[in-house]
Amino acid sequence: MPPPFDFAPIWLTLRLATVTTLLLLLVGTPLAWWLARTRSWLKGPVGAAVALPLVLPPTVLGFYLLVFLGPQGPGGQLTQALGLGVLPFTFAGLVLGSTLYSLPFVVQPIQNAFEALGERPLEAAATLRAGPWDRFFSVAVPLARPGFLTAIVLGFAHTVGEFGVVLMIGGNIPGATRVLSVAIYDHVEAMEYAQAHWLAGGMLAFSFLVLLALYGPGKKILGDKS
Amino acid sequence: MRNLKFVSAAFLAGLSAPAMADEVQVAVASNFAKPVERIAAEFNKDTGHKTAVSLGATGKFYAQIRNGAPFEVLLAADDETPLKMSKEGMTVPGTEFTYAIGKLALWSAKPGVVDSQGDVLRKGAFQRVALANPKLAPYGLAGEEVMKKLGVFDAIQPKLVLGENITQTWQFVGTGNAELGFVALSQVAKDGKVAEGSAWIVPQNLYSPIRQDAVLLAKGKGKAAAEQFLKYLKSDKAKGIIRGYGYELP
Repeated sequence: MPPPFDFAPIWLTLRLATVTTLLLLLVGTPLAWWLARTRSWLKGPVGAAVALPLVLPPTVLGFYLLVFLGPQGPGGQLTQALGLGVLPFTFAGLVLGSTLYSLPFVVQPIQNAFEALGERPLEAAATLRAGPWDRFFSVAVPLARPGFLTAIVLGFAHTVGEFGVVLMIGGNIPGATRVLSVAIYDHVEAMEYAQAHWLAGGMLAFSFLVLLALYGPGKKILGDKS
Repeated sequence: MRNLKFVSAAFLAGLSAPAMADEVQVAVASNFAKPVERIAAEFNKDTGHKTAVSLGATGKFYAQIRNGAPFEVLLAADDETPLKMSKEGMTVPGTEFTYAIGKLALWSAKPGVVDSQGDVLRKGAFQRVALANPKLAPYGLAGEEVMKKLGVFDAIQPKLVLGENITQTWQFVGTGNAELGFVALSQVAKDGKVAEGSAWIVPQNLYSPIRQDAVLLAKGKGKAAAEQFLKYLKSDKAKGIIRGYGYELP
């Protein structure tokens, strides 16, 4: 008999991906709007910084987060002064790490969608006396819907698939930081191939279905905008 | 003409060197990172060979070697894995021997946190204790054994953070993210003493000996450099280095 199946990592991973995706929408939308419309010289540097997680190995991000958020690091000093304690080895720490790590997957599709809008719909709305907030929420966001959906799916799926950052700052605590990818790694290293297959196979199927939804029927429903 | 020159130069070089220079691929348990670096440097100097060291968890090496990794020598963190590999025909039989006996230390990067008797564990005035995953790492298993023997395991368990291997465990403590943790003495010892922070060198009667075995792998069969490396590991020079990092020898 194999040991009882442990659902905690699956539940934790879904929770982490949901919280991270919501946070990314809150942070990423204004950032994407600004990147899409600004003429500031800062556009280049900020855009490059947002894209960094695409090219950096997760170990770089994990290592710097561990040092930066540790008790001696500037981030750690700040969180301690705010009474939050230190973030590594906590769920909040993983949310922060995942948000940084998945940032480009959310910002870039939304930014592209905003850029594709052009000036005309917004100018038309302005002549109808729509204020800036109204223009943003009633015109820009609905027209950029395909970009938002791509961002949500990619942000969520990429967080589910995260490994390096979590391994570096997580500490493998059941129920708090032992996410799916780390649990799979553990099973493989401990030569528990049956459990590893269940989790790894499930993840493969999940990822395929998510991407199928995005590239297959999703594309038709959303039109060809994305 | 050019080729001929090259061949004769290589021939002359071969005559002057003690043996044909060769490369040996060694898989090494993370806790032995520091000593193996020095041993390999000395070995290269003395023999003219080149040592390629790969560091990692012993369990991972097992999976990799089983699936065709090109390692010729394994310096494991335990004696069970080399034995298991021998039974499965992955090694040259009869070549395994204990190259070091690992020592466990409870360590903090800050002075004054860990006392020399380990009473800090009973007092429990800390947030996090780092431990290598006992399922994967012998030093983690030893740390768990110590806490159980002292009767503090249940109290400390909620505060445990698990490193994937002993290097990551050290990193958790070294960066101060965990106030203290169970590491290999070799990671914090220099010339037989604890170099920085505070530590309790855990007495041997609190945990089963961590016998670390080396073995010649099937891929290293008949390779002179690999055989010489294992022999070098038993030399007095190598033993001196190993002891300097706080290991014991059989």
